Amino acid sequence: MTAVATTIEARAKGRVRGGILGGGPRRTRIAYLYLVPAFLVMGIITLYPLLFQVWMSFTDYGIGNLRATAPPPHYVGVQNYVDILASQLAIPNFHFVRLILYNLFWAFSNVAIHVVLGVGIALLVNTKGLWFKKAYRALFIIPVVIPPLIVATVWKNMYDPDNGAVNLILAGLGKFLGMAPDAFRIDWLRQVADPIPFIPLPLAFFAMLVTNTWLGWPLNAVVATGALQSIPNELYEAAEMDGAGPWQRFRNVTLTYLRPAMIPYAIYGFVITFNLFHLAYFMSAGGPFGRTELLVTQAYRLVNDQKLYGVGASFAVIMFFILLSITLVTNRLARATQAVEEL
Amino acid sequence: MTASARDLPAVGRSPRRSPFRGGRGRLSLQRQLALQVGSLLLLATVLFPVVWVFSLSLDPLNRSRPEGLSLIPSNATLEAYGKVIAQPTNNPISFGELAFNSIKIALGASLVSVLIGVLAAYAFSRLRFSGRQVLMLVILGVLMLPPVATLTPLFVMLNRIQLELPVLGAFNLRNSLLGVGLSIISGLLPFAIWNLKGYLDTIPKDLEEAAAVDGASTNQTFFRIILPLAMPALAVTAFLGFVSGWTEFYFSWMFLNKASDQTLAMALYSMQGQFTNTPWSVFSAFAILFAIPPAVVYFFAQKYITSGLAIGAVKG
Repeated sequence: MTAVATTIEARAKGRVRGGILGGGPRRTRIAYLYLVPAFLVMGIITLYPLLFQVWMSFTDYGIGNLRATAPPPHYVGVQNYVDILASQLAIPNFHFVRLILYNLFWAFSNVAIHVVLGVGIALLVNTKGLWFKKAYRALFIIPVVIPPLIVATVWKNMYDPDNGAVNLILAGLGKFLGMAPDAFRIDWLRQVADPIPFIPLPLAFFAMLVTNTWLGWPLNAVVATGALQSIPNELYEAAEMDGAGPWQRFRNVTLTYLRPAMIPYAIYGFVITFNLFHLAYFMSAGGPFGRTELLVTQAYRLVNDQKLYGVGASFAVIMFFILLSITLVTNRLARATQAVEEL
Repeated sequence: MTASARDLPAVGRSPRRSPFRGGRGRLSLQRQLALQVGSLLLLATVLFPVVWVFSLSLDPLNRSRPEGLSLIPSNATLEAYGKVIAQPTNNPISFGELAFNSIKIALGASLVSVLIGVLAAYAFSRLRFSGRQVLMLVILGVLMLPPVATLTPLFVMLNRIQLELPVLGAFNLRNSLLGVGLSIISGLLPFAIWNLKGYLDTIPKDLEEAAAVDGASTNQTFFRIILPLAMPALAVTAFLGFVSGWTEFYFSWMFLNKASDQTLAMALYSMQGQFTNTPWSVFSAFAILFAIPPAVVYFFAQKYITSGLAIGAVKG
């Protein structure tokens, strides 16, 4: 309809210009006109602040420099960077190397679990002849539709040591085994002692891993379901005729088709989980002793709680380079897997 | 960027096939039952937190903690909902006022970023001009950053804008919903451009080429052909932007000081802190009312949201 209207109108005017993809200075000028609003806005509230932040990162910008009439901050060179990298900040529980290692492990462990569970559950609900398949698929999506902020606060409530749902359930199960209900006053998010002696991870890590698993597998299952449904049935029949058992069919047919869909999504999930603010900030508040802090929550704490604006700026610049390296590495990984598939 | 956390990939729509059974034969009853038990257990874990919050919200107000695990608690009542609607926190502000503040931020930020974003997306998707790749890289680079990345400079910069307004009195852009809205746009706009460009790339060029042959100008092509075709993507991008504004926390919590400017997310956070005396029933009723609008839209419009997102079309 619209196209027809345009055609008629254009014919009436009797003008014909170059093809839609044609270049030329006139096109360029029009293109810039379309870009002006976006880059004007981004220039003022995104790009300029980012550059301003680089300048701030070389100063001791603090709470005393905030007012419009306040004196400018002092230039301190790379002092902020040195302090951060050497974990010399005057704030409690800050250890830069531990922070990065924990953050990487947090993202990696979560995504590995999400992908495996997502694929497994997608296989389950795609089983031919399973009753209520559609209902399961519809209901399994529920964690995705609840805003993460609310998921985090509700799970924090469920991990409450005294009246939380998790301890109540465990106490209920324990009763069958003849255990006293007081055995289940576990302080999931604040317990200081590590639950597994030889693994240096606090209980809060495992608690949040459970929460994020609840939150994360459904979308992976959706992606996997899409990929599963695109597998031609003949492939299974052919494989079966060639004498392939169920495991071989799964490995050679199912996995081959899942890989190109799951790997980009896993990489995407890695970046999202790496920067997942809500769980670490709302549930454990980075505790115990800052051991479940992520880069994003630490960055937030530096400026919101500690009012160290200069240091916060340096921290953000360092974070930029960390994220850049992660993006470069994951892009390379994605390209490598793509190349393998094209062989 | 916050919005991208909820990206859904496109799902293929070919006939269903079983990965295990080679597509023939039926499930034996034994197997069926085993799989049903597994699925039901899974369903229980998915639904449990929702049921738990719902049952907590029915507790009477004189009980600050639940008495135990029960679907419908003894003396179940809707009192907590009444309390939430009247005044959920210690601040003298009602649920409606909190929600209105959140809506102002969310609606403003999402509309501005979609309207400006679609113009830029059109240029990136359809027009060839010098500097195109560099500018697209700039957008992708910004998109890579978490919202926390611009927190510090925006706080400092917006705080410098302090005016003495004739009627309203002292105005600090940092300490205002407008300032928070602007800060959210700084993250939302690159996402809108990228997502809309991805969608526009999937629209076939035939129509435009036909229009161009007939002499349609770039502007006519954009307003008459592209814009109507891109409506689903505009709606989805606006919705995702709205949700990220509706639940925005970092900027509002750090920037806003006035009790009258409080948003839903700020109230939720202050309710579940260590030093609060909020009964769990009030907290739960609040969480439910807060979650319902986006959850309902999401749940029922899932298919459209999935198809309006570009990520499925992006090759890794």
